[in-house]
Amino acid sequence: MKELLRIEDLQTRFYTRDGVVHAVNGVSYSIDEGEILGVVGESGCGKSVHALSILRLIPDPPGRIESGEVWFDGKDLLTVSDEEIRRVRGGQLAMVFQDPMSSLNPAMTVGFQIVEALRLHLDMTERQAKERTTELLTTVGIPDAKNRLDDYPHQFSGGMRQRVMIAMGLSCNPKLLIADEPTTALDVTIQAQIVDLIKRLQAELGMAVIWITHDLGVVADLAEKVNVMYAGYIVEHGNVRDVFKRTRHPYTIGLLGSLPRLDEDPGTELSAIPGFPPDLIDLKPGCPFAARCPHAIEQCWNETPRLEPTETKRHTVACWRWEEIAQGVA
Amino acid sequence: MEDERETLAQIRGLVKHFPIMRGSIIKREVGQIRAVDGVSFDLYRGETLGLVGETGSGKTTVGRTMLRLYEATGGKVIFDGVDLMSLKGRELDQIRRRISMIFQDPLASLNPRMTIGSIVGEPLLVHKVGNKKQRRARVGQLLEQVGLNPHFVNRYPHEFSGGQQQRIGIARALALNPDLIICDEPISSLDVSIQAQIVNLLERLQNELGLTYLFIAHDLSMVRHISDRIAVMYLGKIVELADRDSIYSNPLHPYTQALMSAVPIPDPDLQDTRQRIILEGDVPSPANPPEGCNFHTRCPAVRLDHCPQAEPELRELRPGHWVACHYAEDYL
Repeated sequence: MKELLRIEDLQTRFYTRDGVVHAVNGVSYSIDEGEILGVVGESGCGKSVHALSILRLIPDPPGRIESGEVWFDGKDLLTVSDEEIRRVRGGQLAMVFQDPMSSLNPAMTVGFQIVEALRLHLDMTERQAKERTTELLTTVGIPDAKNRLDDYPHQFSGGMRQRVMIAMGLSCNPKLLIADEPTTALDVTIQAQIVDLIKRLQAELGMAVIWITHDLGVVADLAEKVNVMYAGYIVEHGNVRDVFKRTRHPYTIGLLGSLPRLDEDPGTELSAIPGFPPDLIDLKPGCPFAARCPHAIEQCWNETPRLEPTETKRHTVACWRWEEIAQGVA
Repeated sequence: MEDERETLAQIRGLVKHFPIMRGSIIKREVGQIRAVDGVSFDLYRGETLGLVGETGSGKTTVGRTMLRLYEATGGKVIFDGVDLMSLKGRELDQIRRRISMIFQDPLASLNPRMTIGSIVGEPLLVHKVGNKKQRRARVGQLLEQVGLNPHFVNRYPHEFSGGQQQRIGIARALALNPDLIICDEPISSLDVSIQAQIVNLLERLQNELGLTYLFIAHDLSMVRHISDRIAVMYLGKIVELADRDSIYSNPLHPYTQALMSAVPIPDPDLQDTRQRIILEGDVPSPANPPEGCNFHTRCPAVRLDHCPQAEPELRELRPGHWVACHYAEDYL
């Protein structure tokens, strides 16, 4: 498969009154055409900020992309002109946000908002754009789409609004769709519908997807590869099967242990991760997970581990002791 | 088996309708949101009953109406032999000491201008328990019980993380030694690694103090983990109620089956082999629920000659396993 997006050493910080927030601390990875990548992590791990950085949507000030390269379609998105990045956004590279109510304009009809994007990016006439919009809304499963073009966002339910957002993201046939917690605000039965829809669209249209979520279950269901993020670092990356079945990072192990599972015997105590994530304002050197890690040693407090390949080579982990932990001797 | 367990509370035919008002000067009622529409169940002492359902199913309203935070439109809540709905003033206060509540959003449920010491101690003050010194000692003890440093009494809620704030909420709920705690989505706003901490804490406290929980949630895997029995709600009604194992190994209502198959399992191999039932459409509005069986508009097994006309009763198909579906026998 051909490489679609490559990120090198991305660093994003926010300069606030309380201090410098180290939100993304040197993230590097790549994604191929037609691939679905899940990005998981808890609040404040940098998963959303890293996505916003890709599209240069970080408000500056207070935010600043300190360093890095984002290669997409032969261009480094961090150095292209403002005009150029606007063409990429919503065109080849689209984003769907978590809360559809606050990312749709409440004072404009849903039809108008999609038609606008189509006319802007694809240079369509009003009539063509309207036809295409109806088609898109039908594709994402909105019944009677033709008659709903003139409805306002509040006339749709939460699940339907999220479909509208996805239709909008898809409108210009993107090569990459970045979806930031698109189902978090939705009920499980609606989430299942959306996940199903994304799988179908990916298969039909061959687009790549970066799916940002805190739900490991959704990632297991949907993604082929996964990035596990913690305190602005990628701590584990690889094929979904490797990361879930041959989990190497103590944080990922802890996350999976914190989850009760529908297919396991209930009644056993959950292996919670003690403590809480570090303050990104005074992020100390060393492994960011050291303070909560049951295996931390002196080295972990002093030196930050880098991602290195595990025994399968398809899978990378940032932990000094992953081999000992895997062998059960840590 | 039923007889061995002591019944702590009986909820019978609980109904809560919210009026829909129109008009700016002269308000008139133009309809009703039927949030809870005839819910009955028992709570046994020392158990955890999980109440699950999607947005708008009425699960939160059940909890709040039980405590009379909302006045019920109809039905009874018999707590330890007394009907809570008929009590007034002092008698109601007496009973309320024995039921407390933990809320979904910990920060929103803690007064930002009060120190955590006064938040946790407030129930003691309101119910005039002990003197100042005794109350202070009790607050320290409560904080310790939920895993917080008692030296934090003079700090404010915003100085704590989400998980710690929820611990403060739990300490407050424990202050009056309640029999029953209504936990209204206590973990859904927390991160995964913190959720497990809070659930472990709730389980430990239950063992130590013999508490009874009504655990309201939409996360089915967590509900299965913590509950002894589970009730599934849809549009203001209980559609299935059974022991945890029985409801998970053999769900008899098509809605429960779909709900469980929609829960993602963090295991790629299992995900690939699972049969998934994907429901079509959205939950109908509780202002205008469908006639007959209220699930018939989304039910994959609907029989149009019967389901839209007749409302199914909640029937006991196996000992302790109740289900409201005309054709539940098909799944036995």
